[in-house]
Amino acid sequence: MSAAAEATPEALPPELPTAIDLREEFETSGVKDVLEELDRDLIGLAPVKKRIRETAALLLVERARRRMGLAHDTPTLHMSFTGNPGTGKTTVALRMADLLHRLGYIRKGHLVSVTRDDLVGQYIGHTAPKTKEILKKAMGGVLFIDEAYYLYRPENERDYGQEAIEILLQVMENQRDDLVVILAGYSQRMDRFFESNPGFRSRIAHHIDFPDYTDGELFRIAETMLGNQNYHLDRPAAEALTAYITKRREQPHFANARSIRNALDRARLRQANRLFETANGPLDAAALSTISAEDITASRVFSMKPRDKDGD
Amino acid sequence: MRITQGAFSFLPDLTDDQIRAQVQYCIDNKWAVSLEFTDDPHPRNTYWDMWGHPMFDNPDAAALMMELKECRKVYGDRYIRVVAFDASPGWESVKLSFIVNRPAEEPGYRLERQEGAGRMVRYTTKPYAADKPAGTRYG
Repeated sequence: MSAAAEATPEALPPELPTAIDLREEFETSGVKDVLEELDRDLIGLAPVKKRIRETAALLLVERARRRMGLAHDTPTLHMSFTGNPGTGKTTVALRMADLLHRLGYIRKGHLVSVTRDDLVGQYIGHTAPKTKEILKKAMGGVLFIDEAYYLYRPENERDYGQEAIEILLQVMENQRDDLVVILAGYSQRMDRFFESNPGFRSRIAHHIDFPDYTDGELFRIAETMLGNQNYHLDRPAAEALTAYITKRREQPHFANARSIRNALDRARLRQANRLFETANGPLDAAALSTISAEDITASRVFSMKPRDKDGD
Repeated sequence: MRITQGAFSFLPDLTDDQIRAQVQYCIDNKWAVSLEFTDDPHPRNTYWDMWGHPMFDNPDAAALMMELKECRKVYGDRYIRVVAFDASPGWESVKLSFIVNRPAEEPGYRLERQEGAGRMVRYTTKPYAADKPAGTRYG
């Protein structure tokens, strides 16, 4: 297209700005909105929010440098999110995709969430096309691999997971402009995964650790979840829930916010049953949307000894 | 002789960035893009070989560009085209098709005359490349 280039010589090279107002960039790019939303919508997770803030600042500066012609390469953006189940990794990944999109590091900003089953095939020759299909779908956005350590099964040397890992590593290296990969999982198992796959460790720039929620944070999360569904707790129920959270944490298979969500689902079930069985006459909106203490204390968690069985 | 089939074929070859922009335009219009290749350049040859499946649910052109790279690695000595299908009428119809790769040398066509009864002559075109068996043309 040399003819076109000659026709508009003033278009090449593009004008380089001489100064960039970071504050203004921060506001016009929409990064500010994403960070504010993150602060408002997500309870707790202070260290995670701090890391995201830092990452956003880095990317903003990097973008400014790129505009001024000081940097040319795409920075490595692949991340790993480690933490116990139910600590908000998927939710944060969604926000991260939005953030990267607004900063212009990814073109589309969608999140493709997969696990081992989506990447690894069942017979020889099945894995590569499957992994490639997923990678193609994720291009222009973020590929979120949940429980990534299942990809690597050292006990079976013929496991097809290794093939998926190789393709992933290749694309993570060669097509950094096209997609961002986020690996997620429990901290210890992810550490072991990185130890046995040094290729991943070196290609991942940002490691973000998700702490467990405190009891107070879990209670606020419960209130928010109920509020979104137009339910509320009466005072004894609130006390019962506080006690429930403390007890539930001692039970095995505690999954932070996810356990709380399940507990609330069961409480709603019990509330519905209670209303159905005790009501004689019309019920008003307040009765239909109040969770009372007996809906929560009926949980098996209260009747079980700590460290017994699953507290569902 | 440079063959001219599909869109843009009278322009100089598109660069990869230009191909990417065209493909992104197709995807943004909700057309499914796919790659096809052939070594039989006859203009009436409409059925080219498919390279993989049509890409229905890839929102970004990078996916097709990755496949194009792979396809060029294997069939870089043949014709490769991008085809965009629109399914919105209820059937798949071609909206855009353009060549993205051609052999280094395109020998062109021979015109054959078949003399019939009286002074009648039937004409037919034959690609010189088709003289060789499929798979060994161009290279």
